Amino acid sequence: MTTTTNASPSRWERLRDSYMWYSFKRDRTAQLCLAVFIFMVIAAFAAPLIAPTNPYDLAQIDIMSSELPPFWIDGADDRYALGTDAQGRDLWSIVLYGTRVSLLIGFGAVFLQSLLGVTFGLMAGYLGGRVDTLLMRLADIQLSFSTLMVAIVVGALVKATMGSAFYSQYAVMMLILIIGLAEWPQYARTVRASVLAEKNKEYVDAARVMGLRSKRIMFRHVLPNTLSPIFVISTVQIANAIISEAALSFLGLGMPETHPSLGSLIKSGFDYIQSGSWWITLIPGAVLVVLVLSINLLGDWLRDVMNPRLYKG
Amino acid sequence: MALLDVNNLDVRFALRHGDVHALRDISFSLERGERLGIVGESGAGKSVAAFSLLNLIAKPGFIAGGSVTFDGQVLNRLSERGLRKVRGNRISMIFQDPMMTLNPVLSIGEQMVECLKAHRRIASKEARAIALDKLQQVQIPSPETRLDQYPHELSGGMRQRIIIAIALLLDPDIIIADEPTTALDVTIQAEIMALLLDLCEQHNVGLILITHDLGVVSQVTQRMLVMYAGRVIEQGPTREIINDPQHPYTQGLINALPQMATPGEKLNQIRGSMPSLSNLPSGCAFHPRCDFINRADGQPRPACTQQVPGFVESGNCQVACHMVAEMLEDRRLKEETL
Amino acid sequence: MIAFLIKRLMHAILVMFVISVLAFAIQDNLGDPVLQMVGQSVPESEREEIRERLGLNDSFLVQYVRFAKNAVQGDFGNSYFYREPALEVIARHLPATLELVFASTLIIVLFSVPIGVYSAIKPRSPISRLFMGVSIIGISIPVFLTAIVLIQIFAIGVTVTLFPESTGWGAWLNALFSTEGNMPSFGRGYELVNVVGNWDTNLATWNGLQHLVLPAVSLASIMLPLFIRLIRAEMMEVLQSEYVKYARAKGISMRRVYFVHALKNTMLPVITVGGVQIGTMVAYTILTETVFQWPGMGLMFLDAINRADIPLIVSYLMIVGVIFVVTNTIVDLIYGMVNPTVKLTGKPA
Repeated sequence: MTTTTNASPSRWERLRDSYMWYSFKRDRTAQLCLAVFIFMVIAAFAAPLIAPTNPYDLAQIDIMSSELPPFWIDGADDRYALGTDAQGRDLWSIVLYGTRVSLLIGFGAVFLQSLLGVTFGLMAGYLGGRVDTLLMRLADIQLSFSTLMVAIVVGALVKATMGSAFYSQYAVMMLILIIGLAEWPQYARTVRASVLAEKNKEYVDAARVMGLRSKRIMFRHVLPNTLSPIFVISTVQIANAIISEAALSFLGLGMPETHPSLGSLIKSGFDYIQSGSWWITLIPGAVLVVLVLSINLLGDWLRDVMNPRLYKG
Repeated sequence: MALLDVNNLDVRFALRHGDVHALRDISFSLERGERLGIVGESGAGKSVAAFSLLNLIAKPGFIAGGSVTFDGQVLNRLSERGLRKVRGNRISMIFQDPMMTLNPVLSIGEQMVECLKAHRRIASKEARAIALDKLQQVQIPSPETRLDQYPHELSGGMRQRIIIAIALLLDPDIIIADEPTTALDVTIQAEIMALLLDLCEQHNVGLILITHDLGVVSQVTQRMLVMYAGRVIEQGPTREIINDPQHPYTQGLINALPQMATPGEKLNQIRGSMPSLSNLPSGCAFHPRCDFINRADGQPRPACTQQVPGFVESGNCQVACHMVAEMLEDRRLKEETL
Repeated sequence: MIAFLIKRLMHAILVMFVISVLAFAIQDNLGDPVLQMVGQSVPESEREEIRERLGLNDSFLVQYVRFAKNAVQGDFGNSYFYREPALEVIARHLPATLELVFASTLIIVLFSVPIGVYSAIKPRSPISRLFMGVSIIGISIPVFLTAIVLIQIFAIGVTVTLFPESTGWGAWLNALFSTEGNMPSFGRGYELVNVVGNWDTNLATWNGLQHLVLPAVSLASIMLPLFIRLIRAEMMEVLQSEYVKYARAKGISMRRVYFVHALKNTMLPVITVGGVQIGTMVAYTILTETVFQWPGMGLMFLDAINRADIPLIVSYLMIVGVIFVVTNTIVDLIYGMVNPTVKLTGKPA
């Protein structure tokens, strides 16, 4: 029994892997995006090793060298390749650290979303009836309010309730929680749809006839078949979560400036754009766009490769 | 020259891993008012054949060789504009699933009138009158109200009648019907088929009927083709093929009919299943399923696995089979020696 | 039709009830509004008195019923900051936001349909590929960043000195990539025309329109690529359908196949998604209005958050809820008109 259940998914995966690998080998964009994405992840998480200065360490900041331009503009300082921000922090260092914060929140939020969304989606799709109606109504209302709206409102209210100081201290956790809670319906809907599609297939009937418990059927038999849509939306959701985090930070509801993400760097730089120091806001902005774009393009590629519709031919 | 002449038609699908040959070397012809059946299992290439006649195969597919000549025009060399004048006008089509064929957001009247207007300079009022007349011909109850209804308000059988009416709108020379009754309830299948046959006879319209149902073919058509894995393997007058099939595959198909089984015994099935077009067996594509690859002396016939069989004449039929060719050759030799 | 409206109304009431309970529950747990109103200097005993007068010490249910009763009559309480009815404050800010959303919607509709349809019909053409490439970049740029970049280019100006100024072509290229930056990027301007009541419009004067351009383009920048991709994807799927194939087999012109047979079916899911996206658009006005200091509801809401102006926050949420319900109803009506298989009772016939 166990051998058969173990053998079939692995064969499945091998098949899919080979097709994915085949398509990946031929797709230059996908290769480039994966390379850029991996590079950025490694650079971000190795920030303490790579960055010339530690932007969190106030002792290393020289307020006298604030608003220095990047190297290709007159007046640049050799010590700061990408220039400095308004507080005199080395932009290259702070962007590395900021990318790390953005990625951390992005991954964390998507993990939470998928946990909630997959659980609720499986419940709604498999149990049906009242549970289904209740969960999907909830998802509908939340989606009709738009996830960003929900995140902004929840963020604002939590901040107002807990106070700014507390909020800043636990900002990373708070943002993961807020974005995770705001976006679960995306997963839940997708999972529910594929569960409904799978539910009526014969192998589920067969499993039920064999007397397996519904929880076991759900996790051992139905869930593996919903994996590819989950995988596809996860990439897009990471990009969305990073953008949502940036938006919240831009509105002052996210990471504090002492511990900035890419979004809060853009926000703090925006105040100086009128005085000509565009690099403080646009360099982190460009990094954010490259990061999100590479994830989105990878997501596009994955959807093309894994979309079951394409197999129908 | 016949009204429709198909010569060595070759259709391929350009896929990632290279071209897949969907049709090879298809040749047949159709006289005015003649009814031809194309028979085969699903995947044999029947539908592709139907669609390629009007150059309607969807994108990765393309006509790689051969010709379709209709009334002196080579259809597969016509421009899109030239083809449009033939489609729906002189050759019309009936699709398989009436539930999917009509556009859900356009009224029946709109979908009929647009077809008339595409081919004739005609006032809307006049077009509606013609549409109404055709609806009456397909025996739809209260045809006036149907014109303003939408497809979802009608049953499958009703919709197929409307599609037949649309096919007749411009008094075509040929109707190509791709499994016109397969998607319908069994109870209405015979009704729709009888209607189609009746109308074709009445208007002297040629019919190319694509089906897997040998019973229907024997009742409706005068000549038939049997297709297997993208090739024609047997063709000739319907009656002769049904009564005395030559090719082992055709024999298998006919033996598999429920009527052919003795009560209380298993149905006679052809063992195995049709190969995928991208991975055809060598030689005769049917040989792995064939019961006759051994010669009379019990030794396997090498040609079956090595060589694609060509057509041999057997009576009024043409058969592509090494076994049949050998048998005919033996008989000829015997006759010569006598 | 009447059944549809009643059903809609029930749904609206349900949604509004959920929103009001949520909004109110949070309001109840939020920091001390009295402190926000009068500040630290007023002694605690006096603050307690104000609290009692405002009814802040009553039970949750009593407070909610009072809140709901007032809300139904259009009374959401007074804004702590503006010291006037919250609804009036919102009414004053509403036209600016609506005009912004209207202008963006116009941009989205005008561009997304032709581009989406074109790139579905000719998916392999270089122009389609360009559109698809640009649209995925568009999706990847957060709306506030688009706004900032637009401000840099069109309001502040860019001086390019990348090419050698000494040669003729260098100077020409420098000039080509440099921008003057004289577009307004701050507020609505002062040449507004009063239409009726407190609705001053940007749409009537050249100066007003100029002020509207950058915010509207920014707001549209996030939705436009989404719609282009959605329309393209739906259209491509429809083009695969049997009825499109059948329409071709009938010999009707490709133009009619695309624009009558395919487009109408394409628009059905697009309309549904469009309704949801309008909601998203309201959220993005908060970002756009913040960047451009556009005096609409979004900016007002963010200010209210920073000032902990709870009645204003709550009434904003309620009004946004009403906007969503209304737009969704309109979207459903349009959907019902386009799709003959839907009777307006909500059940497929």
